Amino acid sequence: MGVEIRVEGLTKTFGRQVIWQDVSLTLPAGEISVLLGPSGTGKSVFLKSLVGLLKPDRGNIWIGDRNLPYLSENELYETRKLFGVLFQDGALFGSMNLFDNIAFPLREHTRKTEAEIKRIVLEKMEMVGLIGAERKLPGEISGGMKKRAGLARALVLDPEILLVDEPDSGLDPVRTAYLNQLIVDLNAQIEATILIVTHDINTARTVPDNIGLLFRRELVMFGPREMLLSSEEPVVRQFLNARRQGPIGMSEEKDVSELEAEARMGADPGRLPPIPPQLLPSDGRIRRTQHPPGEWLRANGVQPPPGSFIDEMGRNWLEEWPRYVAQHGGAAMPAGAGPAQAPPPPPPAQGPDPHQPGPSQGGAPPAGGRY
Amino acid sequence: MTTAPGIGANRRGDQAGAKTGGGRMAKFTDGLVNIAVKEPGRFFALCLDTFRAMFKRPVQWREFIEQSWFIVSVTAIPTMLVAIPFGAILSMQVGGLIRQLGAQSFTGATAVVAIVREASPLVTALLIAGAAGSAMCADVGSRKIREEIDAMEVLGINPLHRLIVPRMWACAFIGLFLNGLVSVVGLMGGYVFNVMLQDGTPGAYLASFNAMAQLPDLIQAEVKAFVFGLTAGLVAAYKGLNAKGGPKGVGDAVNQTVVITFMLLFLENFLISALYFQLVPQKGM
Ligand SMILES: Nc1ncnc2c1ncn2[C@@H]1O[C@H](COP(=O)(O)OP(=O)(O)O)[C@@H](O)[C@H]1O
Ligand SMILES: [Mg+2]
Repeated sequence: MGVEIRVEGLTKTFGRQVIWQDVSLTLPAGEISVLLGPSGTGKSVFLKSLVGLLKPDRGNIWIGDRNLPYLSENELYETRKLFGVLFQDGALFGSMNLFDNIAFPLREHTRKTEAEIKRIVLEKMEMVGLIGAERKLPGEISGGMKKRAGLARALVLDPEILLVDEPDSGLDPVRTAYLNQLIVDLNAQIEATILIVTHDINTARTVPDNIGLLFRRELVMFGPREMLLSSEEPVVRQFLNARRQGPIGMSEEKDVSELEAEARMGADPGRLPPIPPQLLPSDGRIRRTQHPPGEWLRANGVQPPPGSFIDEMGRNWLEEWPRYVAQHGGAAMPAGAGPAQAPPPPPPAQGPDPHQPGPSQGGAPPAGGRY
Repeated sequence: MTTAPGIGANRRGDQAGAKTGGGRMAKFTDGLVNIAVKEPGRFFALCLDTFRAMFKRPVQWREFIEQSWFIVSVTAIPTMLVAIPFGAILSMQVGGLIRQLGAQSFTGATAVVAIVREASPLVTALLIAGAAGSAMCADVGSRKIREEIDAMEVLGINPLHRLIVPRMWACAFIGLFLNGLVSVVGLMGGYVFNVMLQDGTPGAYLASFNAMAQLPDLIQAEVKAFVFGLTAGLVAAYKGLNAKGGPKGVGDAVNQTVVITFMLLFLENFLISALYFQLVPQKGM
């Protein structure tokens, strides 16, 4: 059902190099969050700290009611069973083929028969579009395939928490769009708490419920997607809109080539670009943790930039939403599920290819698995 | 110590406080402290963690057998090729010396004793450090930089239990085996050299051998080989698990593994020999 992660005053140094300090944030249970930041700001280090691979110098990491830095070794290994982690390069075991890699957690931690294992592994491989590559060794496949295989391995045990390090680096835009859809569908299906580290502005703008930005050894801001997308804070503005003008400069951060490639977006320097509608699960179900579009803006009396929440079919999701919920809500909300907090869902499609009925969608989130 | 879990080394003692200034001198002192205190400390921590992981179930037989086979495959042939000339050289050197002292009838035996007691543990050390240790470090190091080790930990598997313990035992076990191999091959080399080239007689060779050698000679050599294997395995694990900075980092780690292992093995060799001569009475004649 997803577990809340609460980080309090976390500081990490390597020798004299301070990576980041006093980072505090809460990843709400079952929600999708994105962590942004120029390269080298310690996003990967943050992810590794969250699973206890690196020990922070100060601060607490509450996973449910367990404080990670202070756990005994056994408790730590126990807690890690809640996690699925996709590392930056996939971190596949080089001596095993993809099938064995993905089957590994099942063979280690469950007593399933080989037939069951095979069924689960093939299901996950289909989900990430790797059918046919079972016998390949990690050395024989492309970076994008490694990523997808790593994701499949992170998913086989149905984790409560999913940490994903740069799912989009090394992937083409179409695959990135599929992967984003896959993550949203997964969230709808297994209701895991998800944290994605990414550079991809499009992913950051459309996928998550929450966004955080690491810059210059600090967590500049963390909060609901709408809060950051409508923020006037210069760093946040610059980063989320991929502008050159702003505090992030060429020499301090290495990310510029990527930033420039994205610079076509938001050409109008004076105003914030519109807030895009959030990506919806492809099977139309509404995620349990879905916030309705405009919720945060209304609650805080903020006017969204003109053109916000309008998808490329011209639908305005602020208006569309009640209709969508009426249409899909029944099926998506198991009778009386999350009462007070279970808000209605969001707006859908976006991105390069909105409704492609691609392979990942069809097979991916076998709907109804849980209900 | 509220220490986190884990694979000894890189997580312990990371908290080097915010020292400031001091410049070059500080750097130098830091380096010195690092070499003299921190590295050995972390190495020791790893040894302890590995020791604890040794008793975890299930025992990783498969990995042990695969690794043993791998080590045999990289060491067996070179060992024999080194052992033969080694036996011959010892026969020649010791034989010459003994003849000068006028104890011809003992030439064969002394050489053999030298082989069994000293030469075979040394040859074993050479191969365990140079071939097995370096291969193991390269393997573990490349897993480390590919984040396989991290992935394992996240999947709830202790890499010390899964990877390091079976490798360490494989090193030690194959050390025993190699030591036996060197003794036998060296002995045959010495025999051939002595009987065919130095005009010794087979009878004298064997009889004198019997007179001087004793079982504890072989046992102490085997103990040495076993300890060498453990040491090489632990050093390779330590360096491999702490490799960083990409493929070059792995290269450096392998390099350091070989050098450090050699130094440690020669030190251990000396200590065990000294102990042996103190503790075990030698045969009189
Ligand atoms: N194990 C480590 N030891 C020392 N420094 C490290 C280690 N891991 C990462 N760093 C340093 O931490 C900084 C942040 O790295 P990383 O988290 O990989 O950045 P990114 O935000 O691009 O993922 C880098 O300067 C890197 O050199
Ligand atoms: Mg990174």
